[in-house]
Amino acid sequence: MSETWILLGATSSMARALARALADRGDGLLLAGRDMDDLRVLAADCTLRGARFAEAVAFDARKPERFADLIARTQADDGVLNAAVFVGSMPDQADIDADPALIDGTVTDSFTGPARFLQMLAPVLEEHGAGTVVGVGSVAGDRGRIGNYVYGAAKAGFHTYLSGLRNRLGRRGVHVVTVKPGPVDTAMTWGLPSLPFMTTPEAVAHDILRAVKTRRNVVYSAKIWRLIMLVIRLIPEPVFKKLSI
Amino acid sequence: MRWKNTEYTGWGRALRATGEMARPERLSALTALMAEEPAPALGNRRSYGDACLNDGGRAVDMTRLDRFIGFDPETGLARVEAGMPVGELARILAPKGWLPAVMPGTGFATVGGCIANDVHGKNHHGTGSFAQHVKNLTLVTAEGPQTVKGGTALFKATASGLGQTGVIAAAELQLIRAKGDIVTVTERRAGDFDDFIGLLDRSGATYTVGWIDATATGRDLGRGILEEAETGAGLVPAPKPAKAVPFDAPSFALSPAVVRTFNTAYFRRVPGRGRTVVKPINEFFFPLDRIRDWNRLYGKAGFHQFQCVVPLAEREAIRDMLRRIAASRLASPLAVLKRMGPGRAGYLSFPMEGYTLAVDFPNRPGVEKLVHQLEDLTAEAGGRIYLAKDALASGARIRAMYPEHEKWVRAVAKADPQGAMATDLVRRLGLRGT
Ligand SMILES: Cc1cc2nc3c(=O)[nH]c(=O)nc-3n(C[C@H](O)[C@H](O)[C@H](O)COP(=O)(O)OP(=O)(O)OC[C@H]3O[C@@H](n4cnc5c(N)ncnc54)[C@H](O)[C@@H]3O)c2cc1C
Ligand SMILES: NC(=O)c1ccc[n+]([C@@H]2O[C@H](COP(=O)([O-])OP(=O)(O)OC[C@H]3O[C@@H](n4cnc5c(N)ncnc54)[C@H](OP(=O)(O)O)[C@@H]3O)[C@@H](O)[C@H]2O)c1
Repeated sequence: MSETWILLGATSSMARALARALADRGDGLLLAGRDMDDLRVLAADCTLRGARFAEAVAFDARKPERFADLIARTQADDGVLNAAVFVGSMPDQADIDADPALIDGTVTDSFTGPARFLQMLAPVLEEHGAGTVVGVGSVAGDRGRIGNYVYGAAKAGFHTYLSGLRNRLGRRGVHVVTVKPGPVDTAMTWGLPSLPFMTTPEAVAHDILRAVKTRRNVVYSAKIWRLIMLVIRLIPEPVFKKLSI
Repeated sequence: MRWKNTEYTGWGRALRATGEMARPERLSALTALMAEEPAPALGNRRSYGDACLNDGGRAVDMTRLDRFIGFDPETGLARVEAGMPVGELARILAPKGWLPAVMPGTGFATVGGCIANDVHGKNHHGTGSFAQHVKNLTLVTAEGPQTVKGGTALFKATASGLGQTGVIAAAELQLIRAKGDIVTVTERRAGDFDDFIGLLDRSGATYTVGWIDATATGRDLGRGILEEAETGAGLVPAPKPAKAVPFDAPSFALSPAVVRTFNTAYFRRVPGRGRTVVKPINEFFFPLDRIRDWNRLYGKAGFHQFQCVVPLAEREAIRDMLRRIAASRLASPLAVLKRMGPGRAGYLSFPMEGYTLAVDFPNRPGVEKLVHQLEDLTAEAGGRIYLAKDALASGARIRAMYPEHEKWVRAVAKADPQGAMATDLVRRLGLRGT
């Protein structure tokens, strides 16, 4: 049975790496995002690498009124439908401190926008009774830290949403994978002060594909972050509140 | 665009730079940053010396603009972003029956880097240089993107132009047909220098490359192995995943005794009567890419590569160089002898019809002196030093080796009047002045 993937936030280099791996095996691709010029270049790249088809489609997490068109587009294809969400934004915490209104956008991009889209897609997936949803969260969502707790809160919300979605869709043969990357060498982290255990977009894509294949529920990428976050979560709040990690 | 403060090196790791780097992931990000403050482009930094360094200044890492944009299976015209590694392009194209017309010895070199050094491959004698197969390119300057057609003055200044005319964002390449993704390689021993030159001169193969034992002396001087190859179709086992050199090797790893022993074994590996083997294309074209970060074998101090080309009639100059190299006991196992054709596309293109010699040397005391002697021999022979490899030459000497240098200076002055694209190599050699 042929597979089709819709990648939301496909301009992310993590999404690019996944799209290429999927293209290599001949899957169909709907590359969704805001920058249509860039998405068309990626679509051409994926087609030439062997994708059954690759098409740039418009998706803006802040424009939910347009989601229905995209949902309809996902139904136009007869392959097994899968979705992966890479959408997210991480303004500097200092900018948010200066302009608290930035919280709304951060939460919409990293949580509620994608969640609303997945909520509309859920019945379609249930109808198919197969396929996988991949949601990219973040280790930042595992605990609120002084450096980026608004972004972290949005990701925590998204994690919880994905957990509930897994509970729902699992009953109908659709699997949900939560991916929690540590630092990844992408546009988001380029030029930030050096971050520990940084991994590559290609490694994250590889971890995602393996998690999909083995039907894992929650994976960290790089793997070491499962252990690190376990320790960080275990630090008692009275101690944690004094740390700046 | 955020800028990252970073320390970086070329492939030889003997020279370093510190500066701010941008890494655009889409064309609009590149044009925006060039409009704001233009800076020279870098590819995968497979140049050995300082061509890909801008110490104290800014630079644009192009490796994330790496998409395959278009391909016509009828004509073999392909459009790619400049950060695409040549080896990756070959991997995608070979099953479709096409290959980049020219591929350097590493698949990690990007299309932009291949144009900016107008690189040559193992088929240079028949097919010419990389940029001769570039139909047009998209060049981004402070003024925005423009299309530069093959043959124009701006094109000739960009091909082999070391990034000085602007940032190449994309290019249209004329590919060549390949029957499939394997090569049939015939390996033959050359017993000495004359034997080697004879084999090179008589070869009718599409792809040729000679490994030369740069430690051999006396009767063995100039001995080596000639590889002649043709692409073809068939089934061979997939190559093993690349291994990496995890740390800087200690200095004895490539000591003279180790190199001599290795070279003798490497020479004898091929039976006296020669042999024919079948390999996946990347194993033949990019043999060293199978060991990631192999430059770390030379330890922290890094290494240099000397590469020259001399006219056909000046082969004795090469023999002379080999004598001095062997006597210096500085040679590494990596040494290549090849015959080049006349093909070149740009004002500063390296190739000329003749013999080219490339040898790696660990960065040890005595290397500079040896390389300067080799440069003298090259200059006396009317030859040229390859800027993609150079870290040690002096400006006046280099400028004299490139007869179209003046034309290049004029075209570059027009394209980048502020000198914003200058790199360490360009400053060291005073290339932008006359
Ligand atoms: C193992 C090995 C084998 C090699 N074999 C060969 C060979 O057989 N033949 C040969 O000719 N060379 C060979 N080389 C050299 C190599 O092919 C060249 O140095 C090539 O330019 C490297 O490409 P890069 O993308 O790494 O560019 P870099 O080294 O990063 O940059 C090289 C130059 O190109 C400019 N540049 C890079 N990208 C752009 C861009 N997008 N726009 C404008 N300017 C740009 C830079 O400013 C710089 O001046 C070899 C190198 C290695 C390490
Ligand atoms: N890099 C890391 O270290 C790291 C670590 C953990 C988790 N993550 C998560 O990984 C995912 C990918 O991020 P990245 O690192 O690759 O950074 P990125 O390049 O900034 O990717 C973010 C993606 O989200 C999209 N996006 C943002 N707001 C949007 C909106 N309103 N509507 C539609 N798309 C929107 C961006 O699209 P545009 O191109 O249109 O802006 C882009 O495709 C994100 O969810 C991020 O939070 C990253």
